[in-house]
Amino acid sequence: MKNFQQEDQDLLHKESGILTAPLQRRSFLQFAGAGAAGIALMAAGCKKDDGSEGLRLSGAVDLGSGDVGILNYAYALEQLEAAFYDAVVKTPYSGISATELALLTDIRDHELAHREFFKKALAGNAIVGLEVNFSAINFTQRASVLATAKAFEDLGVSAYNGAGKLIKSADYLVLAGKIVSVEARHAALIRDLIENGTFANSEVVDANGLDKARTPSEVLTIAAPFIKTKINAGNLPS
Amino acid sequence: MNIINILDEIEKVDGEIYERINPRRAAMKQFYNLGSKMAVAAVPLALGSMFKKAYGQTSSSVIEVLNFALTLEYLEYFFYQQGSAAPGLIPAGTPAVAAINTIRDHELAHVNLLRTAITSSGGTPVTFTAANFDYTAKGTFPTVFTNYPIFLAVAQAFEDTGVRAYKGQAPALMGSPSVLQTALQIHSVEARHASHIRQMRKAPAGGGVTALKPWITGANDSGVPQVDAVYKGEDNVVQAGVNIPSLGVSTAAATESFDEFLVKADVLAIASLFIR
Repeated sequence: MKNFQQEDQDLLHKESGILTAPLQRRSFLQFAGAGAAGIALMAAGCKKDDGSEGLRLSGAVDLGSGDVGILNYAYALEQLEAAFYDAVVKTPYSGISATELALLTDIRDHELAHREFFKKALAGNAIVGLEVNFSAINFTQRASVLATAKAFEDLGVSAYNGAGKLIKSADYLVLAGKIVSVEARHAALIRDLIENGTFANSEVVDANGLDKARTPSEVLTIAAPFIKTKINAGNLPS
Repeated sequence: MNIINILDEIEKVDGEIYERINPRRAAMKQFYNLGSKMAVAAVPLALGSMFKKAYGQTSSSVIEVLNFALTLEYLEYFFYQQGSAAPGLIPAGTPAVAAINTIRDHELAHVNLLRTAITSSGGTPVTFTAANFDYTAKGTFPTVFTNYPIFLAVAQAFEDTGVRAYKGQAPALMGSPSVLQTALQIHSVEARHASHIRQMRKAPAGGGVTALKPWITGANDSGVPQVDAVYKGEDNVVQAGVNIPSLGVSTAAATESFDEFLVKADVLAIASLFIR
């Protein structure tokens, strides 16, 4: 509540809705002072009135807010994965086996399906295609490709795990659930390709048997070196 | 001060707030009527009573979901516990031993975590012992603890069922964000298990089911017709009204790229085959 007075004025104007009794500054303050819970609710009630919440990055692609924002966030990650596996399949690493190529082609197809699904579902709300930066990846080398695949898949799983509670629509939550378990299947397979038996080791599963969950800002910070396009996630729900 | 903003904010952490309130339209209506008539100072009280009514049944429904999950985790844990203890079942000296032990330990961790969560929420966790389960499924898999490929086939059915079960319960947990996240964190671990078990079944010792992939292709791809119910609807290719093959992938890839959920009754029907 940086601009308290102005907000208060705004609030007074908006009071004519459900709470028809006019709210004077004094009673507003009394109300706010009713207790910690009251203050928390008050802050919540005020939040949208000033409209300046969230970080703004100039020239960045804005994921948006609410469920659209979360879907765009998922769309951004699926774009990254699809672009990566597309390159992997187009220029397979040296010495790739037929089995590995088939598995990686399957994964490419799944990520493509996810990407195109989000694009279609978001329609006019979809963010633009992102420009990726894969300069750190040596696509001719199995170790480089699989290490990147492992990082992307584990990141994707943690991203969906962390985003679930931010989704308002039960339908979208289930959709995210339908995708995250496929990402987890990928993650386990890639890990097993690198070293058999590491599908769910302590790097990713803790002592309580839980996979990782990351917030959008944590995920986007990790993904940032691979995405040239600047992304503004400041309006996502938290 | 705007009640709609407050409800909006709550909705961000509690996606079901309106649903929660909707079945209690009377309570909501009553609240609005009160709001228009009474002094503003009394609003917090009314809010409190409205939320209490809206959330009144939440913890019991969440506990119900957690006990359902706990039942499945017990089913899985005792399965792997007996499998890993069965002489000669898991090929000694192979990576299979560590893999099955890892999965067993995760299932036990899930059992313990869920028990703690239920108890700390004021609920009573269900309790099962090994004796409560019949892993032959009343004679369908008589060699489940002596025949390694059969053991893995049943393991695959359990893991794929677990993934579907958690997915199906996610909406019921939307009112409890931290519980929802925990359930999702278990859900993806079950999917990792499923992926690995499927790889184990492809190996010659595991049955040599070479057509199997780490992901689910079509409906029942397990090669075990007795577990058709586990894969019911997995061949779906339409997501949120979008026909996935129309996006440029094969029908097989369309089914693989989205795992389907199962409702509780379908999961319990599967689980009950293994419960005495």
